[in-house]
Amino acid sequence: MECDAGVCEREQAMGITCETMWRESSNYIDGTLSPDLQQSIDEHIKACQACASVLAGLQNIVTLYGDERMAELPSGFSRRLHRRLEANMPTTRRNFFGWAVALAGSVLAVGGIELSRASHQVPDSISKHSQHLAKPIPPDMQVVVSEKGRLFHLAACPFIINRETIRHMTASVALAQGLSPCTRCLSKYL
Amino acid sequence: MTLLQENPAETAYEAELIQRIKSGEHDLFYRLIQPYERRVYATALSIVRNEADAEDIAQDSILKAFRHLSQFRGEARFSTWLLQITINEARMRKRRMTLRAMESISDQQNDEGDYMPREFADWREIPSESLERKEIRTALVEALSSLGEKYRSVFVLRDIQHLSIEETARVLEISPGSVKTRLLRARLMLRDFLSPGLNGQWSATPAFAKGNKPWE
Ligand SMILES: [Zn+2]
Ligand SMILES: [Zn+2]
Repeated sequence: MECDAGVCEREQAMGITCETMWRESSNYIDGTLSPDLQQSIDEHIKACQACASVLAGLQNIVTLYGDERMAELPSGFSRRLHRRLEANMPTTRRNFFGWAVALAGSVLAVGGIELSRASHQVPDSISKHSQHLAKPIPPDMQVVVSEKGRLFHLAACPFIINRETIRHMTASVALAQGLSPCTRCLSKYL
Repeated sequence: MTLLQENPAETAYEAELIQRIKSGEHDLFYRLIQPYERRVYATALSIVRNEADAEDIAQDSILKAFRHLSQFRGEARFSTWLLQITINEARMRKRRMTLRAMESISDQQNDEGDYMPREFADWREIPSESLERKEIRTALVEALSSLGEKYRSVFVLRDIQHLSIEETARVLEISPGSVKTRLLRARLMLRDFLSPGLNGQWSATPAFAKGNKPWE
């Protein structure tokens, strides 16, 4: 970015240079700057349109790529993975059950909700342990789901897509609809 | 932005799962790795840039983690260890495929010196809703592919898979400072790459859908 005399004078008035602003722009977005520097950047972009555009662009990039739709697995990935694992693990008679259990959900991994329904076909040792292993998502907990989302979230989660379309429901309803818990806002249950 | 920090409950849960798998309950292994499937796949893809190879590498890495689980001592998080295995596996495979020779020039060109963002007065927002369209997602993936591996891998782990700076550093075995530098560079390059979107192509039928890239 060229810097004619006028711009440089303005830079001085703004406290930091455009170069400093670029160098820190990524940290600014991540919120890891000292309050002082953060404030200098806030002031800088009020006066400097080019830098404001840099920040807006970076923020847009981070939001777009951070969207859950950018992190999708190819369809059938999990199924093929199971098959491969199953074929390569020392066989135990419980293997099939094991996968069935794991598959019965991201749900089972998450807690006892689905477990009670499935427990008649789950070997004792597994079902007993699972209850204290997984910290279950409270079935009555209020969660939100957006129109096209495949995840359910806590209402405060910053990673909800199509936020304007969210519906509220309990965790048990969300699980019953085949939705998976968000790995970010619900990580402590995973 | 630090939602995915160390979580003691999660770690204890994993430690117990690992213990039980080691003592023979092999069928619990899937439960252990299930939360990380996407990350393993995305990490592999960030290195080889080919979906079929990435899936194969992901499977191999997960199997390898199973076979070597006895060597996992819990000094790092399990997910870090799993992703390190994946990175090594992917790099090995890539070497074998001799893609190295064909690695995009950008890998050589992108050094870590200062990067000048392209100048334009206004950034036209690319709305998140446009991600509903496969061709938009493909265009974003394509843009990402144009980055050199060291930028791509940092960006994928941090901005797509939402690892913290520290986790990203551990997985890639580089310093947190390098993570930040590369991340800055990756984000700036992507912004420049995608800036033609600001002319409105993002909301109309994209001209680049048939390999016609308006930004070239
Ligand atoms: Zn500026
Ligand atoms: Zn969430």
